[in-house]
Amino acid sequence: MESLEQIKIRLEAAVPGAQVEILSNDSPSAQRSLLPDRAHAFAVARFLRDDPQLCLDYCSNVTGVDWPEMEISLKVKVKKVIEGVEKEVEEVTKTLRPGFLEVVYHLYSMAMKHGPLILRVRTGNRHDQVQMPSFTPVWRSCEFQEREVYDLFGVVFDGHPDLRRILMWDEFKDHPMRKDYCEPDDYEYEPTPHDDVLEKAKRHPSAEVTP
Amino acid sequence: MIEEGLKNELAKQGVVLTTLQELYNWGRGNSVWPLSFGLACCAIEMMAASMAKWDIARFGSEVFRPSPRQADLMIVAGTVTKKMAPQVVRLYNQMPEPKYVIAMGACAISGGPFKQGYNVLKGIDRLLPVDIHIPGCPPRPEALLHALITLQKKIETQALTGPNRPRHLDAAAPSEFPVPEFGEHDIVPAMNPRLWKPTPVVR
Amino acid sequence: MSIVTASPVPRNYEVIPKTSLDGSELDGELLEVAMGPQHPSTHGVFRMDVVLDGETVVKLKPVFGYLHRNHEKIAENTSYLGSMPYTDRLDYFCSLTNNWAYALAVERLAGLQVPERAEFIRIITAELTRLQNHTSVCGFLLQDMGALGTPLMYAFREREKILDLFEALTGARMMCNYMRFGGCRCDLPPGWLDRVRKIVDDFPRFLDSYEALLNTNEILLARTQGVGRLPRALAISAGITGPMLRACGVDYDIRKVDHYGIYDRFEFRIPLGEHGDVYDRYMIRLLEIRESLKILQQALKAVPGGPVIDPKAKLRGFRPKAGEAYGRIEGPKGELGFYLISDGSPNPYRYRVRPPSLINLTILEDMCLGQSVADAVVTLGSVDIVLGEVDR
Repeated sequence: MESLEQIKIRLEAAVPGAQVEILSNDSPSAQRSLLPDRAHAFAVARFLRDDPQLCLDYCSNVTGVDWPEMEISLKVKVKKVIEGVEKEVEEVTKTLRPGFLEVVYHLYSMAMKHGPLILRVRTGNRHDQVQMPSFTPVWRSCEFQEREVYDLFGVVFDGHPDLRRILMWDEFKDHPMRKDYCEPDDYEYEPTPHDDVLEKAKRHPSAEVTP
Repeated sequence: MIEEGLKNELAKQGVVLTTLQELYNWGRGNSVWPLSFGLACCAIEMMAASMAKWDIARFGSEVFRPSPRQADLMIVAGTVTKKMAPQVVRLYNQMPEPKYVIAMGACAISGGPFKQGYNVLKGIDRLLPVDIHIPGCPPRPEALLHALITLQKKIETQALTGPNRPRHLDAAAPSEFPVPEFGEHDIVPAMNPRLWKPTPVVR
Repeated sequence: MSIVTASPVPRNYEVIPKTSLDGSELDGELLEVAMGPQHPSTHGVFRMDVVLDGETVVKLKPVFGYLHRNHEKIAENTSYLGSMPYTDRLDYFCSLTNNWAYALAVERLAGLQVPERAEFIRIITAELTRLQNHTSVCGFLLQDMGALGTPLMYAFREREKILDLFEALTGARMMCNYMRFGGCRCDLPPGWLDRVRKIVDDFPRFLDSYEALLNTNEILLARTQGVGRLPRALAISAGITGPMLRACGVDYDIRKVDHYGIYDRFEFRIPLGEHGDVYDRYMIRLLEIRESLKILQQALKAVPGGPVIDPKAKLRGFRPKAGEAYGRIEGPKGELGFYLISDGSPNPYRYRVRPPSLINLTILEDMCLGQSVADAVVTLGSVDIVLGEVDR
């Protein structure tokens, strides 16, 4: 398969207006991914499937990932003049990364037997801008997996033929795979070395029964 | 009541004496028909127990009934999720008395390894009266046979009359249990307080 | 944003012609049947909401979640190693291949190497898993067709022999929990390979009698040929993998495509179907068993000595660098993948299972439309699902 840089150049030529970013991956797997903008994501997906050189006809895996609002502190070495001497000083810059939901698609080609190409699409935020285009019309295999992402993460897929909850019951209100979801507190806590579990156990209702 | 010694002596001569209670319980205990009802991994071991190697037929329970109306025993084999819990209770309610429940495996007893899951019921005894618990994840087929033999022994000792008579002979005892409903965050009610109370935490 | 409303596959069920014996059109009412979650033929707690016109299926909606045990959420709250026993309980027929897929994903994430001996043990255990899965599935399929008891009993008899091997190796019949990141948990017990060799040598005899009993059985042919057809293009688009895909004639086996493990050292063929119907799926499984036996024969001759786990692999306090990895293997049911995102902490930030059973059910409705409800049961049986993996 071509490198992601080549694909990016061809993508931006084929889909006018599309902005594609390449996300790095520092782990030994070195599986980098493509991040197109949401408005052109559908056209990008269709290009990836139909392009004769790529022919990514098989969408293997669809995953949601929840990225809550997070403070990222970066250590930057800055050259400063202190008392007339130039020194390298480490400065910590804190930035607030807004939260968003992300859907990751792993694409392969059955015809050319290559892959994976990892495609990511991000929502605007985690509350009211959770729409993104559904890829079910491009790859049928997204149908149940996108329903699952909708159920567990709360991403709304525009253009999905049958967007309902798939694993939880219809009356259920929460999105349990989000990082800030609290499960119903209905189990006893075993002794454990983890402080957060002990903290949870103190709030457990049955703890009030005992003297 | 006839003496045990005399009874044994007569049996040697080919005369079998028994009581109605013994005969009734002997018949019931040796033809416990389970509901063919598998939930998860434990169901495979339940099937293995009914296959040639373990052969549950030796104990009179090879007839797995697909319909609750014909079954005597519910083997809760596997994780009961909150989405499945109402159906499990409904199936139990549809079974005719006398009926028994075996909680097979760690999940059916307490939620097991999946206890912290948001969709996992932490033990079927929150909703149903359980007669036998078998630990294991999953329990081996021998363990299921052991549970069945334990249940047969329990049936054998049940009196027909008196204050300790079993539920099916007591008109006042409940034979159906409330079916929980799907709520917005959990099933409602999450447990039956008549059957199960939270364990007090002692610190 | 472009909104696409057209469904990729026509779902219009009025187009199916209603016929009757005398040729006049019947105007019956549609009957809605909820098959499951407690139903003898749905392989566990699976439910299909079926709309029937007489006996003909005009609509079929699968309903999931009755065994949703929150595997992914629990895995995100535990260490990398702590999830290994949970993977056993995904597809509880094939715990060893599940272990391998997860170990493979973590090895990609952390860049671990696997010693030669461990690679051989992995292949031997995975192919044994494939043997026992495929035999049981054929038994279940025949059970769904009404052959109560006998074929399943034969299949389970062979399965028990393989489970005894697993028990000797790992201590458990079903939940083996055997693979580790960078190798396997423990070395082979003495004499184990000889026991495997004996079972591998005896297996073709069982297979011959099984096939002689069934392959040309008239009822089997009538119930499976031309039933549950799956077009090739739809299978690829719907992400169908495993024997289901190869029954449609698509040559795609991850053992050959990805060369994970040391599969490229062995000689084996990929059986392909032509019609994509239930019979082809049944036959593909039986043929795959023969190919697995070939791999086993080759692997058993060449098991080298040495360690079974990478000495550098750290099981406790395991913290891979921040990043992500997707690892996949050819499980007996199809492509089993694990997608992991690490943020440098001891727990995975995101842990996802790519369940072949769930995705293979995507086209269940398309395969069953226009057929009788009894054929829908057979079609479902040929998909080979395990609910622990469908709902996770």
